[in-house]
Amino acid sequence: MSATAAGFPGSACTWRFWQTTIGKKAVMAVSGTILAAFILGHLAGNLQIFLGPDAFNGYAATLRHLPELLWPVRIVLLVSVIAHIWSSIQLAVTKSEARPTGYVKKRPAGSDYASRTMYWSGPIIAAFVIYHLMQFTFGVGGTPYHPLDAYGNVIQGFRVPAVALFYILSMALLCTHLRHGLWSMFQTLGFYHPRHTPKIKRLASVLALLIFFGFISIPIAVVLRVIPQVL
Amino acid sequence: MRLTFHIWRQPNRTSSGKMVRYESSNFNPDMSMLEALDVLNEELILRNEDPITFEHDCREGICGSCGFMINGLAHGPLPKTTVCQLTLRHFRDGEELFLEPWRAKAFPVLRDLMVDRSAFDRIISSGGYISVPAGSACDGNDILVPKPYSDRAMDAAACIGCGACVAACPNASASLFTGAKVSHLGLLPQGQPERNQRALRMVAQMNAEGFGQCTNIGECEAVCPKGIRLEVISRMNGDFIKASWSNRGQQSVSDGV
Repeated sequence: MSATAAGFPGSACTWRFWQTTIGKKAVMAVSGTILAAFILGHLAGNLQIFLGPDAFNGYAATLRHLPELLWPVRIVLLVSVIAHIWSSIQLAVTKSEARPTGYVKKRPAGSDYASRTMYWSGPIIAAFVIYHLMQFTFGVGGTPYHPLDAYGNVIQGFRVPAVALFYILSMALLCTHLRHGLWSMFQTLGFYHPRHTPKIKRLASVLALLIFFGFISIPIAVVLRVIPQVL
Repeated sequence: MRLTFHIWRQPNRTSSGKMVRYESSNFNPDMSMLEALDVLNEELILRNEDPITFEHDCREGICGSCGFMINGLAHGPLPKTTVCQLTLRHFRDGEELFLEPWRAKAFPVLRDLMVDRSAFDRIISSGGYISVPAGSACDGNDILVPKPYSDRAMDAAACIGCGACVAACPNASASLFTGAKVSHLGLLPQGQPERNQRALRMVAQMNAEGFGQCTNIGECEAVCPKGIRLEVISRMNGDFIKASWSNRGQQSVSDGV
């Protein structure tokens, strides 16, 4: 019964799985699913800004007063972000090594814009997330910040045109990223069905657009003075 | 019919190559792309120049020998067509065509438009088989296969290994090829006992050859002359993921756990 590590499901197996391109893609699919689920929840939370300062600040305070919920979620998200980025960096290296000499002429035949630009939209979204956290979580984004007034922070943040514009552009990229990513994760994890996959693709597009319009409605409402400034 | 060609010329594996311009009016619209190169080569030979090397065999679209990029598209602009079956009537008189070899680290250029696709052979030999007792042939209908399964297995088995999927993929991934081979055996009863090992070994070999990852963008499916679908890649992914966690290896089997 002396079992060698080779062949047994265990740490050696996990390591070998991670060493393959499919293993890394599976990690990207699972971490991407977690991040996408967070984005939907985050959108639902953010849209409460239309209910007025009391509702929105109350929601922010509720989150702060639930550290036993807040911190596990933050840790899971942080691990997912690191896993997603780390595997994408390793895969980008694999990709660049796989074709040392490029083509003089190359035309896309079957792919859409969203799928071809994942390696561009991803890093730009990451840069946005860093600024987003600096601005609304740590209060060092260069816009007025008060830790107990999330509502005012958003209003004053988006009154800066460059901030609102960067936010909207980043959401557009997030939309294209999710349009491909949300259906691609099924394909990566081994689920394809001629009847269901086209529906999953359509659902991914609908969700991506929903997320886009949902998020940009906030800076647009602020810029157009639909949401009043209270402080 | 007049055509201008820009063709990748490279004398051997190690030397560097370049695009060279050729022009001729001796083509006619009924010729295939390979016949056009034959005509061009005869002109080159008469001028005492080196003819252009390209791979070909059956010239009826079923052997998988031929293939190169035409204006940035693997096997040219016609869907589900190899270059040997692509006739010049699909191009305009006087059109400029850029012919380049498949580009991938795993497909080194041997000469001009010809690349070394031994990497595909090594992927096949790593797991693209079923082990059978080699005695007298068993009865043809010993193992019954439901028609929908045999149809899907045949769809995957239509892959001729031309390499267009790798050439078209921005990541130079061989996932469509490997997926087709994993699927065509994995869909049949004869392929079940070795299904896990096949997925593990073929994917490991595919990675070892230096092919890139699959990003599910569908360039391969669009250029495949045999219409192999992305579904085979998903099947390979599923088989590989399942095999990675359920694999017991050689050791535990002989231990009789």
